[in-house]
Amino acid sequence: MTTPLVPADYLDLVSPLRAGADLRGRIVEVRMETRDAATLVIKPGRGWRGHRPGQYVRIGVDVDGVRNWRAYSLTCPTAAPDGCITVTVKAIPDGKVSHHLVREVTAGTMIMLDQAAGDFTLPHESPRKVLFFTAGSGITPVIGMLRNALEGMQDVVLHHSAPTAADVIFGAELRALAAQGRIRLIERHTATEGMVTVDDVAALVPDWEQRQTWACGPTGLLDAAEEHWGAKGIADQLHTERFRPTVLATGQGGTVTFARSGVTLESDGATPLLDAGENAGVLMPSGCRMGICFGCVVPLREGAVRDLRNGGITTAAPGDAVPIQTCVSAAAGTCDIDL
Amino acid sequence: MTTAVTQTRTTDQRSVPQPPARDGSRLKVTRPAARVPQQKPSGKPDPTAHLGPQQIEQLGKELDAIREEILASRGASDAAYIRKVIKAQRTLEMSSRAVLLFSLFPPAWLLGTTGLTVAKILENMEIGHNVMHGQWDWMRDPKIHSQSWEWDHASPADMWKHSHNELHHTYTNVIGRDNDLGYGIMRVDEDQRWVPAYLGQPLYNFVNACLFEYGIAAYDLEIGKHLKGRKNKETFRRDGKKVLHKIRQQITKDYVVHPLLSGPSFLATLGANATANLVRNLWTHSVIMCGHFPEGVQTFAKSSIEGETRGEWYLRQMLGSANISGSKTMHLMTGNLSHQIEHHLFPDLPSNRYAEISPKVRDLMERYELRYVTGPLHRQVASAWKQVIMLSLPNGTWETAKSDPSGVAKRGAAAAAHYGAKTATRLLRRVAVRTV
Repeated sequence: MTTPLVPADYLDLVSPLRAGADLRGRIVEVRMETRDAATLVIKPGRGWRGHRPGQYVRIGVDVDGVRNWRAYSLTCPTAAPDGCITVTVKAIPDGKVSHHLVREVTAGTMIMLDQAAGDFTLPHESPRKVLFFTAGSGITPVIGMLRNALEGMQDVVLHHSAPTAADVIFGAELRALAAQGRIRLIERHTATEGMVTVDDVAALVPDWEQRQTWACGPTGLLDAAEEHWGAKGIADQLHTERFRPTVLATGQGGTVTFARSGVTLESDGATPLLDAGENAGVLMPSGCRMGICFGCVVPLREGAVRDLRNGGITTAAPGDAVPIQTCVSAAAGTCDIDL
Repeated sequence: MTTAVTQTRTTDQRSVPQPPARDGSRLKVTRPAARVPQQKPSGKPDPTAHLGPQQIEQLGKELDAIREEILASRGASDAAYIRKVIKAQRTLEMSSRAVLLFSLFPPAWLLGTTGLTVAKILENMEIGHNVMHGQWDWMRDPKIHSQSWEWDHASPADMWKHSHNELHHTYTNVIGRDNDLGYGIMRVDEDQRWVPAYLGQPLYNFVNACLFEYGIAAYDLEIGKHLKGRKNKETFRRDGKKVLHKIRQQITKDYVVHPLLSGPSFLATLGANATANLVRNLWTHSVIMCGHFPEGVQTFAKSSIEGETRGEWYLRQMLGSANISGSKTMHLMTGNLSHQIEHHLFPDLPSNRYAEISPKVRDLMERYELRYVTGPLHRQVASAWKQVIMLSLPNGTWETAKSDPSGVAKRGAAAAAHYGAKTATRLLRRVAVRTV
């Protein structure tokens, strides 16, 4: 009846959150947590299958009209009475999407969602003694655990780093928990006290080796923690979550992988990927060879390409499939192309 | 444009012979030392003869700058525009179809048919054509993307994209390369060779206008090429199946399901769908004729595009296209193909931005002493039809007819004798071959 469209294309106009629709969410509230972090309260579509504390959700949000996908930890109770979920976003320097979500986005905005994912979660039966070791926005998956499963944990230490007391996301809530004696909170204000080291934590929490530890923060800190726990032979007691930085090394050329064709090649920064692929025997779709017909478009799974016409950079992070025109794009870093 | 693009191509070409044109980037920047004005069989002057290579390169840079300006400011309001148009189109289509369920009542028929016609025109023109051009791919919304879009049309999206985006837009108005020049059944330029079959082209054009979407499907299927035995049979069969499947779905929707749902209004709804499709065919045919056929639009010889630079490509696009002047509504209903010149220069810029760059393009063309062909719809349609009618006869026939009617009769008789003799010879030869 609705060919070439499907009925969903019309239903989406009136009921975008209905069961069976592509998973979307409507932002119902934006709550500032600190000067550069905000919690988004999202009403997910009927297809939302719930989450476990500590998991993250990928969010597709349009910034300047362009859809961007980012992963954020869920910070809400697993079964909120209003069915809403929350994520807490910290605006990072040069973070286009995080700035948009913290400063620009308003209630009523529709976003795309994926189902919750991630294995940075508590086991079915909560451990008795726990150490949470977090820094900056690394608190977000942990607050999800504290809000949902604190009852089952008898002895909780939270070591959290932030530049100042005012920068501690959920600061008031954490301090209240500490005042009630439900957790032991160690705050480190790095602007005055300097960056934390793993040794500092070991000194402050002498029984750290007997604890199950969940750590989330900058890559350097997590690397150090893994080394430290590994050296003691208790790597299995350490659970980490890495927020992969979206900084890509963009330059002239790079290694290009055509995964499905099983071809890997080195390409310079001036050769169109179409030519590079064809010269290496990859069966590339092609058309006008000058950037107008879009007959050569293929998904870029990961990496960066440069538009040869104006030098514009297009990037893709793992999990993406950014369509690129191979006839006018050259490698601007390592590229993983779905072909 | 980077000079480096061409440099990379030279490496491999020593040992392995490469097919011309198809291989490697077309983004060339090689500068010809001097330009040779085009010699056309019709004797029409080359409108670019006054431009030197440096000027053409400069023109290309100015156009690149216009493009960059739009790219830099492309954003949320553009995204909101296309979403708004899509939403309005879908709402209009569904409500018109709902009204048509009661099409037995004349006011409902009239209202529903009008709404459905407008919705169908919007779907093909401002939405389908432009989305499939990749104008909205930058939004990275998989639902509004050239790779996933399918339209309310007899020709399947992927086939149309090949013949339109790849062939027509790359080889615009190059005689022998761009089949849009008369769609392979008509002669729309003096420099296309005349054959007697063109005598019927006013009729073909009218029939094509009425059945335009099927004409396009047949054209995208390259039926002509198939009949001449120049198309791979397997490909033709596979594509043919796709087209038939698409047509079957379209017909089922418009002429079976929707009328059936209307119950007692069956016939009236069927008529409403037929009317909407017919009006859309006539409308789109008229708009598209205005794009390249009116008087003043230039064509190019095959040889002129060898080693074509970016600037020369722009030049060909500008001179090979014609605009339609009019209101905002006119631009919307033509899918902004009323800005055909701007569209051909920048086929992947969002259609809602053509209006703002058109004064710049016009100014640029005037500065370079190039003719910006434009006019109101009725004048451009009339001009295109005049071309179709005049060029159905050999060059010069009309001019001679005015001054020397008896001369025309003589020439006609001579032509008839010439072609008659040719045909007779061919037939005789065939008979001879068979008997031997």
